[in-house]
Amino acid sequence: MAQVSITVNGKQRSSEVEPRTLLVHFLREQLNLTGTHVGCDTSQCGACTVLIDGRSAKACTVFAVQADGSEVTTIEGLAEGEQLHPLQTGFWEEHGLQCGYCTPGMIMSCVNLLNDNPKPSEQEIREGLDGNLCRCTGYQHIVNAVQHAATKG
Amino acid sequence: MAESPMLPKMVGQRVKRREDPRLIQGQGTYVDDLKIVGMEHVAFARSDIAHGRIKSVDTSVAEAMDGVTAVFTGAQIAEFVKPVPIITPFPSPDHRAVVVDTVRYVGEPVAVVVATNRYIAKDAADAITVDYEMLPAVVDTEKAMTGQPAQLHKDFENNLSVALLPSGTGVSPDGQTVDDTALDQAFADAEVVVSQRMVNHRLAPSAMEPRGTVAHYEPGHNKMTIWSSNQAPHLLRGAIASMFGMGEDQVRAIAPEVGGGFGAKVQAYAEDYVVAGLSKKLGIALKWTEDRSEAFLATTHGRGIIGYIDIAATNTGKVLGMKLRLIADIGAYNTLFTAAIPTFTTLMANATYDIPAIRTTITEVFTNKTPTDAYRGAGRPEATYFVERGLDMLARKLAMDPAEVRRRNFIQPNQFPYTTQMGAVYDSGDYAAALDLALQNAGWDKLKAERDQAQAEGRLVGIGLSMYVEVCGLGPSAVLPTGGWEHSQVTIERDGRINATTGASPHGQGNETTFGQMLADQFGVPLDHITIHHGDTAIAKQGIGTFGSRSQAVGGAALHLAGGKVRKKMAKFAAALLEAHEDDLVFENGRISVKGAPDSGKSFEEVAAYAYVPVPLPEGLEPGLSEEAFFEPSNNTYPFGCHIALIEIDRDTGEPTLRRLIAVDDAGNLINPLIVEGQIHGGLAQGVGQAMIEEVQYGDDGQPLTSTFMDYAIPRAADLPRFELDNTVTPTPVNPLGAKGVGEAGTLGSTPCVVSAAVDALSQFGVTHIDMMLRPEKLWQIINGGQS
Repeated sequence: MAQVSITVNGKQRSSEVEPRTLLVHFLREQLNLTGTHVGCDTSQCGACTVLIDGRSAKACTVFAVQADGSEVTTIEGLAEGEQLHPLQTGFWEEHGLQCGYCTPGMIMSCVNLLNDNPKPSEQEIREGLDGNLCRCTGYQHIVNAVQHAATKG
Repeated sequence: MAESPMLPKMVGQRVKRREDPRLIQGQGTYVDDLKIVGMEHVAFARSDIAHGRIKSVDTSVAEAMDGVTAVFTGAQIAEFVKPVPIITPFPSPDHRAVVVDTVRYVGEPVAVVVATNRYIAKDAADAITVDYEMLPAVVDTEKAMTGQPAQLHKDFENNLSVALLPSGTGVSPDGQTVDDTALDQAFADAEVVVSQRMVNHRLAPSAMEPRGTVAHYEPGHNKMTIWSSNQAPHLLRGAIASMFGMGEDQVRAIAPEVGGGFGAKVQAYAEDYVVAGLSKKLGIALKWTEDRSEAFLATTHGRGIIGYIDIAATNTGKVLGMKLRLIADIGAYNTLFTAAIPTFTTLMANATYDIPAIRTTITEVFTNKTPTDAYRGAGRPEATYFVERGLDMLARKLAMDPAEVRRRNFIQPNQFPYTTQMGAVYDSGDYAAALDLALQNAGWDKLKAERDQAQAEGRLVGIGLSMYVEVCGLGPSAVLPTGGWEHSQVTIERDGRINATTGASPHGQGNETTFGQMLADQFGVPLDHITIHHGDTAIAKQGIGTFGSRSQAVGGAALHLAGGKVRKKMAKFAAALLEAHEDDLVFENGRISVKGAPDSGKSFEEVAAYAYVPVPLPEGLEPGLSEEAFFEPSNNTYPFGCHIALIEIDRDTGEPTLRRLIAVDDAGNLINPLIVEGQIHGGLAQGVGQAMIEEVQYGDDGQPLTSTFMDYAIPRAADLPRFELDNTVTPTPVNPLGAKGVGEAGTLGSTPCVVSAAVDALSQFGVTHIDMMLRPEKLWQIINGGQS
């Protein structure tokens, strides 16, 4: 077993984990932060995307021990109290989700996208979403949601 | 009393979804999010060969691992889990939940592990070894029909599950007598005949949430609760009860938040039965979560139908007759709806056209592959593809505008209700209106000129067009073995809030919003005073489920009826309070009042409170405000539309790029156009995906070549253009809402129009048809003369 100490959504969380424990399973099963989802086992779908030290990362591709000492933000930590993050508002306003399964990872990935490029073109948004799969929306309303956040956020 | 603000009418508005606040904050609860005290984990060891007899299964290493509670072979599972049932009236081979003697596809379960955590369960499953006597893998569907290279099931000679089932013109209802006179005459009279073999290949439904099941059997209560990522929890309840000799009162099925389904989550799967059976046997709660790599093997595939089409026509493009012979690669077993899917293809062979003579036949063939079953559209996209590609070939042969060929054959608005050669009764339609609007939005003549200009410049640009009509709102009970109705209960609580249930079990469709909108209007109360419950058989007491674009057209109609019953009763209570006649009352802005005198009325809450403490009790009334309704539709609905694609193919690499996709869809009356757009977008993406990048492939040895998202490409954002949507509105008379259903529409027209656009772009190389998917290599070969 290995000891990890990770700051998750602003709170320091220390725990013993098997060295092979994936960050996504640490978050979901030890911390009960089930908003981060698992949609594949080859790091293609992006449903598990979180922020590690402010950069998006697929939590199924990171061992919990690799995140030791870092700051992790999950979908549960994105809103400021009652105040939704502009991307959460954008997804709601523009119907950027249907089944909601890809949504947390999609939103976290978009946070990174807008941090890097606050005023992206439609093509830049579409290319920026390359690491996140959605089977419900055909992406058009997701693109609208990012534009909404970029314009009004 | 404070003045009530005027409430907006909700139905028809782009209301943002009420489901979203929880989902955008990570607060939805999907099956894998559940934890129950003492719960253990299940993993399946699966066959890694396509076809073989099990000589022995060695579970000793797995059983000795720390944290492993139990290991079961197929023979041990068979002691308490019966063969997996189907629902179609076709003969079906024995299908064991876990293989007892012969494996028939890669991914078929061969043993089951129960362990204290999911990592140990997977390790143990991997440690199980199976010794097989290898058998030849049956992969090629048409070869399989000759019994080569092997036979999968002993009572199904030549691997035929269903052989040459005829329907159409001159076929008696029982299919026993077939009169080809009219059909033969049509082909004898033809001035032109188009014939083509087309492959509508296999797809993986790929809901973003893989399947998962939690089962919790409580021995003291003799009660089973099963949570499953499922589209039809009431069917699941019945299936589990029947499997384990329990009553439907002893099983509670819950579809919590469900991360997409697309038809592949309608049925109870082998894993559902095994997890439930093991929970009952061991007396503990169990969880199984499907990996994505498992999902590609163990969750049913869609499509997989070869079509041979012959169209007889005049030189002016009038279709005289059509033959459509289907050969379906159904995989290793019949599952719930498998055998019925191709019957939807033949049912819709008339498409939007007045075709005087049609003959269809269906042959269903077992192969050593994952079983097929419903996938978004389930048989109708295949029909649309074969017929629309066929008409496109006819147009090309006659050098006619593809829109004009369609127009010359349309069923006309005054012909509805229209009984097709296939026996369907189309409810309503105006196909020319949808075509005209799509042509207008596409700028058809300009688009053709742009294509011609681009081609003159040496660019490979093509346009394609497809009409579609689909059968939705399934139903009625006469054609649906599950029952074709839907159920709802609407309760006005004593504080005036509304609780409503529906048997339609959403997984992204937004019923909490659309059904809320309907009740808000029906009762004149704010949307946030209404809660819609679904997906739990203990709360939504009856239901069939969500498939066949039936949520709104059948489930919504049931809600409307239940709401109407409560409203009528509530009006009687209000009439007593107001000393008015119930027929003179209006429900508006949170008040019930005499029409024309809003200030005279009572608040909704006051009337609700009176109904629960009814002093005095009006004569002939029981206390309370709760009513339920079953809605049985008189017919299916038949939504339709027109899709147009513009594609460009790179001359050097063969890579296709979809430049435009214009869609006009007619789903009848729309409750929430924003949600409808979302449904169409998603369908279009899946239809485009099939045409361009998605295909389940197997090697000659039956090994799947596409079992991760690295090998199987579902569309990404940059693969798709901004869709251009519009709609016409032709209400259906078969339900009180006039809504037809829209869940599957997008997958129908998009696939053929994209392929037709590619053929158009490459027609200069002599090609008249290209089988999907439009792989760059395949297109490059055509451009470079390697294939036509």
